[in-house]
Amino acid sequence: MSRAIPLLVAIPLLGAAVNLLLVRHRAVQRVVAVGCTTAGLGLAVALLVHVEREGTAAVARIGGWGTSIGITYVVDRLAAVMLVVGFATLLVVLVFAVGQRAADEATPYYHPAYLVLSAGVAAAFCAGDLFHLFVAFEVLLMASYVLLTLQGRPGQIRSGTTYVIINTVESMVLLAGVGLVYAATGTLSMADLPEALAALDPGVRTGLHVLLLVAFGLKAAVFPLFFWLPDAYPTAPSPVTAVFAGLLTKIGVYCLVRTQTLLFPGELDGVLLWVAGLTMVVGVLGAIAQADIKRILSFHIVSQIGYMVMGLAIGGPAAIAATVFFVIHQIPIKTSLFLVEGVVEHSEGTGTLDRIGGLARRSGPLALCFALPALSLAGLPPFSGFVGKLGLVSAGMDAGQYAVTGVALVVSILTLVSMTKIWLGAFWGEAREGPSGILGRNRTMAGATIALVAGGLALALAAGPIYRFCDRTADDLTTPDRYAEQVADR
Amino acid sequence: MSLVLIALIAVLVGTGTYLMLHRTITRIILGVALIGNGINLLLVGSGGPAGDAPIIGHGSSPADPVPQALVLTAIVIGFATQAFLLALAWRNWTLDGNDEVEDDISDRRLARREPDVVDPYAGDDADLEEPR
Repeated sequence: MSRAIPLLVAIPLLGAAVNLLLVRHRAVQRVVAVGCTTAGLGLAVALLVHVEREGTAAVARIGGWGTSIGITYVVDRLAAVMLVVGFATLLVVLVFAVGQRAADEATPYYHPAYLVLSAGVAAAFCAGDLFHLFVAFEVLLMASYVLLTLQGRPGQIRSGTTYVIINTVESMVLLAGVGLVYAATGTLSMADLPEALAALDPGVRTGLHVLLLVAFGLKAAVFPLFFWLPDAYPTAPSPVTAVFAGLLTKIGVYCLVRTQTLLFPGELDGVLLWVAGLTMVVGVLGAIAQADIKRILSFHIVSQIGYMVMGLAIGGPAAIAATVFFVIHQIPIKTSLFLVEGVVEHSEGTGTLDRIGGLARRSGPLALCFALPALSLAGLPPFSGFVGKLGLVSAGMDAGQYAVTGVALVVSILTLVSMTKIWLGAFWGEAREGPSGILGRNRTMAGATIALVAGGLALALAAGPIYRFCDRTADDLTTPDRYAEQVADR
Repeated sequence: MSLVLIALIAVLVGTGTYLMLHRTITRIILGVALIGNGINLLLVGSGGPAGDAPIIGHGSSPADPVPQALVLTAIVIGFATQAFLLALAWRNWTLDGNDEVEDDISDRRLARREPDVVDPYAGDDADLEEPR
């Protein structure tokens, strides 16, 4: 089974190559893209089952080289579950984009870029060394640059320029960090690094740690490095924004989890607590000020990242388990909210709140598709957001971090306020003229949206088993040397 | 790492940062190129002192081959990013006729407390452009 790990990257990349040859045949392109993403999802599920059954990570060494010089792919519990959620989201959004037509019909390069993005996401989750992580980032960033600016509209070029420059800076900080880590320790393998880093002078350690935190923090859009996100994401077509919102920032969070649990366990937690609190507050206040659905939701991405960083900063198995659950819950919830926005924009031509209204009268199911994930985002019981936030808050109370826990609770209420703003502006009130049954007019888009909303609800229904899985994941992450043992086993 | 190399990295990254702080896209791209080169040199330097070609049975003190493999990859990636930035700059110039990185329009309006009159993000679908 572990030999199949490289296929997670190879299948989408090969699909992208085939798709580039098929630029004149859109229908075949769609079939290839959906096929490759489905294959990736199948493989990811198989890997998750394998890892769970064996109780240890699946490791693939490319070319049989050792961890110190070769490329190693490691799929442990955290990577496996991120791969499954990631590929599921990629698949649903791809089906949505095929249904919407506008995204992939305007240009033949949507599908190849999307598949390269999938390959980059897969490689980032499985990367077993820091430099391969950097390469995976570059692969997915390059694809995201293309997807963001594919239509070449003035707004997209303007925000795309900022996005590309900020991410180039992030890549250079990461690359400098990787170079300095190698200079200091002589290895880049994540299995060997914890021991090598622990032997360093504390000052050097902190320097390297800060470099990596800045690089991954920019990717995850934490305060004060979040400013590029609400500008860049809303200009892209809805299916692109949906996948960016759901996945790309969470890859930054995934790397932050690795940094804080594996490379530098328990260091700079105080700084991260401040970062978490400020990220939550600034994100949600930004959201309240906006008047466009996409922009409100984009600021919420930032705000919710704060919760994940909070769990990470509190530390300990309980908080890490809650963080992992929160990340798993955020990806489908956030993506489905953006898909609902995509349906609204497809039907009304805009997502600005004062230009739309009364959508609930015209399409009850669409309103429901928005309301359920929105309530989950705000953390109301019985939805999955409640489970995640309950875990974070109780871990915060147990650790005695009352201030940040209080901030988290207040931000939850503010989240509800700004969700109410979208609800009042877009769904409530007098219906404007227009055909009813918005959701039913495009079956493919409706199917993808409903599937993802249902997936989010299933997370709440199956919260018990999933949370126990998160506990086991947190146990893996917080036990020192567990990662190194798992990689060295084979 | 030799002092000359360290000084060169410092100069490249310093001048690159200075260029990047401008609003002109071409200067930013030059800045990206300079910083990128500085960091590539840093990678080369991270392998320790120079030595013989890292081939088995060739010379007694081989250089560390890993950073050289890393830097080759990094150069290719940097090249691709700069090419993409140049394409963006060209597209920006054909659209606006200028070479500036602009502000977020909605953000400006919000800062001045004006209503968001023109929706800059309208129209994912050309056929549904007309709002009701």
